[in-house]
Amino acid sequence: MKIGTPKEITADEARVAMTPTSAARLQKLGHSCLIQSGAGKAAGFNDDAYREAGVEVVADADALWKAADVITKVRPPEANEIGLLDQSKTLISFFYPAQNEALLADTNSSKATLLAMDMVPRISRAQKMDALSSMANIAGYRAVIEAGNNFGRFFTGQITAAGKVPPAKVLVIGAGVAGLSAIGTAQSLGAIVRAFDVRPEVAEQIESMGAEFLFLDFNEDGAGDGGYAAPSSPEFREKQLACFREQAPEVDIVITTALIPGRDAPKLWLEDMVKLMKPGSVIVDLAAERGGNCDLTQMDKKIVSDNGVTVIGYTDFPSRMAAQSSELYSTNIAHMLADLTPEKDGQINHNMEDDVIRGATASHAGEITFPPPPPKVAAIAKQTAAKVPEQTPEEIAAAEALAAKKAGWRQIGLLCVGAAFMWLLGNYAPASFMQHFIVFVLAVFIGFQVIWNVSHALHTPLMAVTNAISGIIILGALLQLDSGNGVVTLLAGISVLIASINVVGGFMVTRRMLQMFQKS
Amino acid sequence: MTLTYELQVAAYITAAVLFILSLGGLSDQESAKRGVWYGIVGMAIAVLATVFGAGVSIGPVLIITLIIGAIVGVVVANRVEMTGMPQLVAALHSFVGLAAVFIGINSDLSPPANLIPAEVVIHEIEVFIGVFIGAITFTGSIVAYAKLAGKVGGSALILPGRHVWNLLIVAACIGLLVMYMNHAGSWTLYLMTLLAFVLGAHLVLAIGGADMPVVVSMLNSYSGWAAAATGFLLGNDLLIVVGALVGSSGAILSYIMCKAMNRQFLSVILGGFGGPSGEQLAIEGEQIAIDADGVAASLEDADSVVIVPGYGMAVAQAQQSVSELTRRLRAKGKNVRFGIHPVAGRLPGHMNVLLAEAKVPYDIVLEMDEINDDLPETDVVIVIGSNDIVNPAAQEDPNSPIAGMPVLEVWKAKQVFVSKRGQGTGYSGIENPLFFKENTRMFYGDAKTSLDALLAKIT
Repeated sequence: MKIGTPKEITADEARVAMTPTSAARLQKLGHSCLIQSGAGKAAGFNDDAYREAGVEVVADADALWKAADVITKVRPPEANEIGLLDQSKTLISFFYPAQNEALLADTNSSKATLLAMDMVPRISRAQKMDALSSMANIAGYRAVIEAGNNFGRFFTGQITAAGKVPPAKVLVIGAGVAGLSAIGTAQSLGAIVRAFDVRPEVAEQIESMGAEFLFLDFNEDGAGDGGYAAPSSPEFREKQLACFREQAPEVDIVITTALIPGRDAPKLWLEDMVKLMKPGSVIVDLAAERGGNCDLTQMDKKIVSDNGVTVIGYTDFPSRMAAQSSELYSTNIAHMLADLTPEKDGQINHNMEDDVIRGATASHAGEITFPPPPPKVAAIAKQTAAKVPEQTPEEIAAAEALAAKKAGWRQIGLLCVGAAFMWLLGNYAPASFMQHFIVFVLAVFIGFQVIWNVSHALHTPLMAVTNAISGIIILGALLQLDSGNGVVTLLAGISVLIASINVVGGFMVTRRMLQMFQKS
Repeated sequence: MTLTYELQVAAYITAAVLFILSLGGLSDQESAKRGVWYGIVGMAIAVLATVFGAGVSIGPVLIITLIIGAIVGVVVANRVEMTGMPQLVAALHSFVGLAAVFIGINSDLSPPANLIPAEVVIHEIEVFIGVFIGAITFTGSIVAYAKLAGKVGGSALILPGRHVWNLLIVAACIGLLVMYMNHAGSWTLYLMTLLAFVLGAHLVLAIGGADMPVVVSMLNSYSGWAAAATGFLLGNDLLIVVGALVGSSGAILSYIMCKAMNRQFLSVILGGFGGPSGEQLAIEGEQIAIDADGVAASLEDADSVVIVPGYGMAVAQAQQSVSELTRRLRAKGKNVRFGIHPVAGRLPGHMNVLLAEAKVPYDIVLEMDEINDDLPETDVVIVIGSNDIVNPAAQEDPNSPIAGMPVLEVWKAKQVFVSKRGQGTGYSGIENPLFFKENTRMFYGDAKTSLDALLAKIT
């Protein structure tokens, strides 16, 4: 099959869906590659680089759309591009079918097959083609860089001869892929990073990136399906905003990444919070495309508020790092084509039984196949809420007292049963037995107390020692040796023999084992 | 020379104290070495005090059997491979059980004279119980030995209605006890012995291989109770004390093991794994293999490495190679540690002993709880021949047969290598989703061969 990539026609889109590296991967699958002349220029890949990689460079878009069987793109197709499709062709690009119904209908009427890269299901097998994640990763990184570019200070704290520089405080709201990436980037630049998310289970991920998780004392799990966030209740929202209001005067940089699938971005950083911030602070709103998390955000613009806070609402962060994002996106696409070409023979096998391919396909054989059925495998196991708020000392003490009381009653109950049993026994058993019995019971208790302290690593030696010691049964055999009865003597003799094997063998083995334990 | 009764009791008290100190000494590695000596001295005092006490004449039978027994013990103890420890311990337990049976039968053949009627009743019950426990210990240990040594299959033998059979046998034994006490004759005792033999074998046969650590410590406990019962029978306090010590220690050990596996003690003893309660999560993805070069490259880059050994390491005798790998990685300044699950292997503490044999310093060998928190920050985890103890299904799949069992959370590490012989499942027969995770690579092959290949790449 011929895989072709045209030049992006959307203004300011610098990315390209095929790089010389990804072309090499595609060729290994048995495909041949085409590219429109100049398609990779904005991302730093010139035509010669593609030629070297064995890609055929085609002069203009029309020729490319005509020659290629599979067209890979970044942005959704525009009307004139859809006109170039027909039923023999497959288009792979971002599409957002839920928001672009008209476009989807148009594309469908061409009977071409459409694979939307943004619809790849979030299951572990499909991670290698999850372009949303790879783009979000870049957006998170770039958000910090943009913030730094507009922030007139260091990120890292320094004490220099020219004075002391406090470290920048960065607040990241929404710890999805972009948020986590922003946390990591800000952290490595030396800032103090705090982060918030409505899904308590990501606290661990936030902390693993080195940031502090802002914990809300509120019992609500904001996790929705597929590892995304769900809308939160009004009470929760109030609590959350109060928390942000508290943070606003302190933080220098706010990066918001909060998005809920299929909805407008929630407003989380209100105008009054911006007013509370110090002049020179920066807000980067990664949700600008969906209305923004900040009241002041204007899509695709950088504005400065009255009190000198810069609000950045760019939506093209990945495109601003076109070399990197093209590399990752084209790799995602190459992985997708690898799944479409299971035999590596250059033949596309569009297997609608495959969860990943089915999920990404929005239009196939003249039918709209969006929305897809839920994947057969749950994407990410629903997490149980982690990290409960720490109990106060009083609560802990109260719980302990209650437990102690319970244990106390249980013990008293057991003692009563024991006493009753003893009374029965004492009524019937002879004195000699009772004397032995007291020894027995005490020994059992000593055994319990002693063994609890044995360290885990020594359980095998413990077993060997107790085994050796249980050879004490040899005493019984010794006492029976002289009974005068032949059978008794024989059995006793055998008993002495095997018990002494047990004693000697057990102790020797234990010693051997213990000698091997050594400190480094 | 004959010791007076008073002197003999004094010696017994000394021995009992020494035995308690011996067990108490096992609380850490250094005092443990002293503890064994306490045990040896205690045993010597006990045997000598008995031999030189009243009622025992030092004849050729005694001396010859003692010497032969000691020689056999020395030979066995020196010959056994450290990986063969579980079998040896199980085999030794069977000796105690058999001795208890013989002593009980002897006591029936020549009962002590001058008993008042109440004491006769107690004596008869003691004989019966002593023989019963001894017989169960004997056959149970033999079956455990055969399973551990691989002489019979490790999987559980589940007969239809096995609980009913067990109950019937116990009921029959109680019936025989009543007949025995009504002087129906010694045949009741012998018949009961046979029934108890069957019961012991059947109980252990019904327990799956993965539960072997519990079985071994449980048999250890039984052997103690058998000794204690014998002590009652002969009116010997030292036997009672030591039997009770061993019995309770084995019981606690079994309890600790069960807790580590999140299993009910009773369901382990009665056998059967308890079938899954619902459909288990399907596993998707594939197992991706890697060769020694790949593992070596990752290890070169890693700063922190955690090794999780399991029964597979013991089977392949790979502990020396593991130790050498550890030494080389540590020489490069990497932080190498071991994560040991409480039930790794077939014996409590099995892995610790093997690693100690291979001279891995014990302060880098950590327990599950100590290492689990560090795993997310670990660069590379190498799983060597363990399966169920690193199975994420225990936490992720409520329908898994091992749901709720504490496991080593190795999948949280950045990279996991699993050294494994093939694609089969572990002892419990459960599929392991770990092998299908994104950050897991399968390093197929016999553990020793694989590690030696790896060692060749790491200098």
